[in-house]
Amino acid sequence: MTAAAEPAMPTLDMPIPSLAPAVPDHEHEAKPHDILIICYSGELEKTWATMILATTGAAMGAKVRVFLTFWGLQTFVKDQKRITGDNVMQKMMSAMQRPGVSHRKLSKMNFLGMGPWMMGKLAKQYKVASPKELLELAMEMGVEFMPCQMTMDMFGLKREDMLDGMGEPVGAATVIALMTEGSAPLFI
Amino acid sequence: MPLEIAQRVDAKGLSCPMPIVKTAQAVKGLVSGQLLEVLATDAGSTKDFAAWSKTTGNELVESSVEGGVYRFVLRRK
Repeated sequence: MTAAAEPAMPTLDMPIPSLAPAVPDHEHEAKPHDILIICYSGELEKTWATMILATTGAAMGAKVRVFLTFWGLQTFVKDQKRITGDNVMQKMMSAMQRPGVSHRKLSKMNFLGMGPWMMGKLAKQYKVASPKELLELAMEMGVEFMPCQMTMDMFGLKREDMLDGMGEPVGAATVIALMTEGSAPLFI
Repeated sequence: MPLEIAQRVDAKGLSCPMPIVKTAQAVKGLVSGQLLEVLATDAGSTKDFAAWSKTTGNELVESSVEGGVYRFVLRRK
């Protein structure tokens, strides 16, 4: 057998067929992955992160869904609601931590509201949009907010307590189904 | 031929993510091929607009900076 008949030795600069993109690049550009944010926490700083990522995701053409659960759901109660729930314990819970996007507390340096007040001042000075402004923008931009039915039941929250424009309440199975279908998940 | 700008967005002074959010909203109002000019002062803009263009497929025609003001011209796909 002559040397010419032997298969060429692979070299570093040879293309590796299995690593070639399955779909052309421009198709990736045309349809980014869906994004699924699990909004679990109710603190000001985490609410802010959720809103920034949700609006930016929508601005970049991605379908963004936000699942609202536990403390995260309290953020989406109407600002003017003071006490929510049916029984004493549910009412006490809402009294201990006022619901609504404008009443978030910082997890650190809250100092009876001094921290959030200073954050608000700094945000205005540096023209950073507030969580409330970003939330309104997110809704305008088609971000889908999905309240957790179990959390609504546990806290005694009703549809009329929640902000207008919320989607249908769903459960964990909807969240997992979206993940298995390829939504990029974020737990905040 | 000079580029004909169909719409302008002044995002000077605004912080992340507002320049991108305003851009995305403004682009929706254009028809395919029209140009949008965005002015921003957010120092992260250069990378962010390149990323936005790549992800959304709207072409970044021009990207420049002068005196701390970033200027981007984008073509609606």
